[in-house]
Amino acid sequence: MSLTFDDGTFIRNEMVQPLPPPRRQVGALGWVRENLFSSVLNTVLTLAGIALVALILPPLVRFMILDAVWTGENREACLGPEVGACWPFIKAKFGQLIYGFYPIDQRWRPNIVFAAGILLMVPLLVPSWPLKRLNSFLFFVIYPVVSFVLLTGGNIDASAFLFEHFGLIHSFVGDVTMAGVNATFWVDYVLTAIAAAAFVGGLLALLGGSGTGAARTTLWVFLAFGALVLAWDIDFGLPYVETRQWGGLLVTLVIAVTGIVASLPLGILLALGRRSQMPIVRLLCVVFIEFWRGVPLITVLFFATYMLPLFLPSGTNPDALLRALVGVALFSAAYMAEVVRGGLQAISKGQYEGAMAMGLTWSQMMRLIILPQALTLVIPGIVNSFISLFKDTTLVLIVSIFDFLGQLRASFTDPNWATPVTLYTGFAFAGVVYFLFCFGMSRYSLFVERRLNTSHRR
Amino acid sequence: MSDTHSIVPSDELPAVHTAPSREVAVELVGVHKWYGEFHVLKDINLRVQRGERIVICGPSGSGKSTMIRCINRLEEHQQGTIVVDGIELTNDLKRIDEIRREVGMCFQHFNLFPHLTILENCTLAPIWVRKMPKREAEELAMHFLRKVKIPEQANKYPGQLSGGQQQRVAIARALCMKPKIMLFDEPTSALDPEMVKEVLETMVSLAEEGMTMLCVTHEMGFARQVANRVIFMDAGQIIEANEPNAFFSNPQHERTKLFLSQILH
Repeated sequence: MSLTFDDGTFIRNEMVQPLPPPRRQVGALGWVRENLFSSVLNTVLTLAGIALVALILPPLVRFMILDAVWTGENREACLGPEVGACWPFIKAKFGQLIYGFYPIDQRWRPNIVFAAGILLMVPLLVPSWPLKRLNSFLFFVIYPVVSFVLLTGGNIDASAFLFEHFGLIHSFVGDVTMAGVNATFWVDYVLTAIAAAAFVGGLLALLGGSGTGAARTTLWVFLAFGALVLAWDIDFGLPYVETRQWGGLLVTLVIAVTGIVASLPLGILLALGRRSQMPIVRLLCVVFIEFWRGVPLITVLFFATYMLPLFLPSGTNPDALLRALVGVALFSAAYMAEVVRGGLQAISKGQYEGAMAMGLTWSQMMRLIILPQALTLVIPGIVNSFISLFKDTTLVLIVSIFDFLGQLRASFTDPNWATPVTLYTGFAFAGVVYFLFCFGMSRYSLFVERRLNTSHRR
Repeated sequence: MSDTHSIVPSDELPAVHTAPSREVAVELVGVHKWYGEFHVLKDINLRVQRGERIVICGPSGSGKSTMIRCINRLEEHQQGTIVVDGIELTNDLKRIDEIRREVGMCFQHFNLFPHLTILENCTLAPIWVRKMPKREAEELAMHFLRKVKIPEQANKYPGQLSGGQQQRVAIARALCMKPKIMLFDEPTSALDPEMVKEVLETMVSLAEEGMTMLCVTHEMGFARQVANRVIFMDAGQIIEANEPNAFFSNPQHERTKLFLSQILH
């Protein structure tokens, strides 16, 4: 390389070619030196870490595996000195931990729900697999309805309840049943739908909006709701299993999945509402969010279970699990709203202006431009909420719903398995199960985050 | 429409000559705007003919950006009337959307959508606003990406492009809506000096095709070459408007003279 120096002036004759970076870490030893013992502080920290692992790991392994009892029929197997985990206890109680008091001969129903859930969720989670639209429709629309019918047994007579309030021709004709379906109710339903559509459409047309569009939307809502009522009304011949008999992991998953699936869209709507230009919408959203964030979940559950019935008209007594579900969903929606709002605030004004200048409507702008970016930014916060919701489901124990942990604690009282290690075994098992779910969610969120990070790729 | 253009913005080359028609593209009459107590736009009167190219300059805070942002309702004016392409701007959302469909805009900071590829950035509005089939929209987008000379970047993300390339994508994106009027809000102010030229070239070729343009810019070479009229604004009002030769060689108002002496050394 020839460079010309002359009293400070400088002209480069030849460009410097790029070289490979210096190799500091040569081999495993080099890596260890670089990463573990690069300074005095790091050396101390490394040694302390090794000491900590040495302190915790061997007893853990000994308790969980080496000293553990693997076979046995009752407490006798797990008595004696120096005994580790009593796995036969978990084995004996396994059905209870998964299904609660769900009738044993009906356990195939939750099994189908579990299997279908996995079958539908896995392809949804793998981004490269096709048919996402159909898949989401099946998972978010069909699956909940089918699960509800399977788990409860369906055959809910919605018409009886609705008639008390909305019967149009019922009072003249009475019940006419055709092929196991209450024909009077459905004629009534169609009439109500048409009337409602006409009313909404007419009202919007008067206010200067699109009357036919509104009427069509109303009809669609009625159609969807009607399909739901019909599906739940049909008698599939399944014995009715009331929710009080549900328990264990089944309840934990029902509450967690419903809470997660309901809280995200609700939270997004609340966050958008809170940032809305319309003062009344904004006020309502702020009041809602602050109310739910201001009360503890235990209070919410208590209120929903023990106090709500006092305010409702007599005769209407929604299911206890349903009330807890609604409570959990609204509660986590309020938290979700604030997480999403954080993401919305990080989107620059330029993105809104760019979208508006192109002529996109408000909903297109939000759906296509703002929310995809905002939600990607707050994936860690969203998954944080999901994980804490998953673990908080265990609070339903205080309103006598036995989730996984509740069922576990109930099984401790069984005198057949009363040993000194039963408690430790149970909690160790619960810890492993909760960890698997939460760690899974956490890893998946990291994967999604990396995948969606297009903005700063260079 | 050709894919090649050789004109470089410089004082030696002949100015672009496409005569504006008599038709009015944009008209502002007695427009006032306030930010709270602050009076940003004061009695703005401006008529832009179809095919006319207007360059707006002035010191920062003079209201020039605010004025062109009023034309597609990114800012709301509080008094006076604005008529764009025969449609008067009111609070009616339908009219606002109608106007935004016909008015393209390029921003100082490009405002590309970072989560979408270049091609998706360009096809978004045709697909969702014009309801164009996806394939047709992609062909259209590729046509305009070729025009701004970056078809090979179509499947990259905005973050992978240089500033000049990003601004050219922004121009292509606006053109994909086939707008009748283009607004430029300081399109070269955020660019490295070496990239200004490529963006200006694109704008010049757009001018040659007879696009109605309103440009807020301090590129005086561009103004000289392309503009039918140069408008000078200060303190929220139009101080002077003239055709470029007269504007630069013989400014009338004291404030204009001072401004020009500051920027033309």
